[in-house]
Amino acid sequence: MTVSTVDAGASRTGFRTCPATGRQIHLGAAQLIKAHAVASVVALLVGAIAAVLLVLTRWQAVHLLPALWYYRILGVHGMSMLIFFIIFFEMAVLFFAGTVLLNARNCAPKTSWLAFGLMLSGALLVEFMMWGGYADVLFTSYVPLRAHPLFYLGVILFAVGALVTVGIFFANLVVAKRERTYRGSLPLVVYGALTAAIIAVITLVHGAAIYIPTFLWSLGYMNVDPQVYRMIWWGLGHSSQQINVAAMVAIWYMLGALTIGAVVLNEKISRSAFVLYVLFISMASAHHLLVDPGMGPAWKIVNTSYFMYMAVLASMIHGFTVPAGMELGMRLRGFTSGMFDWLRRAPWRDPGFSSLVFSVVVFGFVGGITGVTIGTEQINIIVHNTLRVPGHFHATVVSGTAMAFMGATYYLIPIVFQRKVAFWKMARMQPYVFALGMLIFTMSMTFAGSFGVPRRHWDITFAQAQFDVQFNPVVDLVLAVVALGGLLAATGAFMFLAITVKSVFFGEPLGEIVRGREVPGIPAGITNPPAHAADVDARNAALHGPRVGWMGPAPGTIALVFIFLGAFIVYFFVNWKILSFVWRIG
Amino acid sequence: MQPETHTGLDSPPELWWKPAHKSEKVWVAIAFAWCMVLFAMMPLWHWKGGQNPSGIRSRTNPQAYMARVMEMIQEHQSGDDRGMPIVSPPPGSHVYLAAAAYQWVPILKLQKDVEYILHLSALDVNHGFSLYPINVNFQVVPGYDYGLRVTPNAAGDFRIVCNEFCGIGHHTMVGRVIVEEGAPVVASVEGGRR
Repeated sequence: MTVSTVDAGASRTGFRTCPATGRQIHLGAAQLIKAHAVASVVALLVGAIAAVLLVLTRWQAVHLLPALWYYRILGVHGMSMLIFFIIFFEMAVLFFAGTVLLNARNCAPKTSWLAFGLMLSGALLVEFMMWGGYADVLFTSYVPLRAHPLFYLGVILFAVGALVTVGIFFANLVVAKRERTYRGSLPLVVYGALTAAIIAVITLVHGAAIYIPTFLWSLGYMNVDPQVYRMIWWGLGHSSQQINVAAMVAIWYMLGALTIGAVVLNEKISRSAFVLYVLFISMASAHHLLVDPGMGPAWKIVNTSYFMYMAVLASMIHGFTVPAGMELGMRLRGFTSGMFDWLRRAPWRDPGFSSLVFSVVVFGFVGGITGVTIGTEQINIIVHNTLRVPGHFHATVVSGTAMAFMGATYYLIPIVFQRKVAFWKMARMQPYVFALGMLIFTMSMTFAGSFGVPRRHWDITFAQAQFDVQFNPVVDLVLAVVALGGLLAATGAFMFLAITVKSVFFGEPLGEIVRGREVPGIPAGITNPPAHAADVDARNAALHGPRVGWMGPAPGTIALVFIFLGAFIVYFFVNWKILSFVWRIG
Repeated sequence: MQPETHTGLDSPPELWWKPAHKSEKVWVAIAFAWCMVLFAMMPLWHWKGGQNPSGIRSRTNPQAYMARVMEMIQEHQSGDDRGMPIVSPPPGSHVYLAAAAYQWVPILKLQKDVEYILHLSALDVNHGFSLYPINVNFQVVPGYDYGLRVTPNAAGDFRIVCNEFCGIGHHTMVGRVIVEEGAPVVASVEGGRR
């Protein structure tokens, strides 16, 4: 890996030199990254405890929580994970990408802390209202379900704080450019973070457009139409998942570079794919309205497909360029034999690397394929509000985004917190436990959903219902598997929490890093940076030469993406076939 | 001199708009073609397929909608089950189903292979229409009337599970749809075509 510092070696005032990348780390920015990361991990803790309670309730044999607390904790889980954990972490990513990766300073420290304070107070207010039983409206808070006005106010405070932080990120990019802290264009990872930030603005504007009227409605000042609420709310709810996608892909490129020296195959292709995200991804609000009465087929088709699947195209491009860049990075470092030698010889014991691979694979194969399929207008008839929906989005947001964020954390702890990663042996295992748990969880949940098992439902034995409903006995078994997968994944999450809390608050200082000497607690990408040889351009030219044929410099990845495409085609058409068996509906 | 080959953490060399390798172009082209297939399937299914969520969509309000439901119950009630009226609407007619916390009103008795226009609306908050065990799902939104042309293709005693959170008793909200083997020929809207 090459290093693009202005004056590597000596640190400017208010900066220190990063031991891993040689970059200049602004001390003020590092404090902000730490604060946001800690807030994020606390939210993860709350969300993970809620998750355990929920899986133990939906496992009918255990059925832990009473109905009221099940729904209450379901709301807590959604807000803590999807909003607080993820967005706090993304704000940390924005500070990291906008300052550390560009050798730049944070230009507005006071405003940054003010924004953090807003986000924190908003989050605390929302948590208080939910735990206190003032907002039993679940994550989506569909009007006319009514929560206490302070719940909506808390969400607004959090969103305003996040919006200010995104603004500061843009300002940091401008200041870095003006102060010439880096040469040439933005690095691809920062470009990806910029994409996430732009989508964040789109998302948060939707958030303001719906939560401010809803806040006023809860005070009795105006009316909010339930269908309009659903449309604009999902402009927030789904688009915020697209911030995650963009941030996650940026982290894929980053972890690839840090762990195995992954190179950028072609800047044009990767950057164009990010632009496609910005242009089309916020149309995905429609995914939630496909069987709603308010919109017609033309609106549904155009919007659910991101105008002809242009955002899916973007993901399929990244799904190729990320692993291909990893393969090429390994081949350039000498692992050239066969199709998959590069993969076999990769650092599987580096938790940053294993997290990256699991994130890419589960996001693509489970999250991506199910997402596009169930977001098809007609197929949604056999999917809407069944367990297939959470089965899908846990594969994207948890196995994809959260897994990538965990992998990044194993590098942030030494680079930003200047600590060794605690419980190092456990840290090496953590991605395997978490990924396996989530894989079992998401696939069994999807399977249960195909029997019509509803999501967000306390009791599918319908013991207190007016009419009996007898689910196929297989469903009980599948839900038990869901619970076991969920508990395994939660174990992985608690391992991560133990590791991060111990490292950050009681961790060993990083100490001197000697290149080439492995130290427990420091990922291999830092002690043995995956540097490329001086003749890397010549090697690269040879791997791109006419002798390698149409499969190009990354033949192993070509084989993998065609397996992916095959799985995608089969899953997509099987669902059309299943749909064709149900009642005629039009 | 920095090498041209670089990672995603490095600023790319001056001019980065460069032609991609053939292998990348091939994948982008295939992915694009697949996206077009994904897209084309939806209009195609509207044209040739039998299951589309289009429906007859209009605005309504809870009072007016409930009045339609009551009118239908009065005209076509054929029995009751635990206090809930059972309605046998004539083949091909408009059928009105109301969702309110925590009931589906009324019970519907339909005939197999007959088309009905099934209207869905909610009287209070959002509800979810989920026909069990067929697994057909629609969102039921207050203030909106969703009229779906449905043709039951098998006889049986079905349930409607509410699958949108509607309050603390959400999990008790179950309705009933009975589909009977219709008298052949007469029962079919499409008459001689079958």
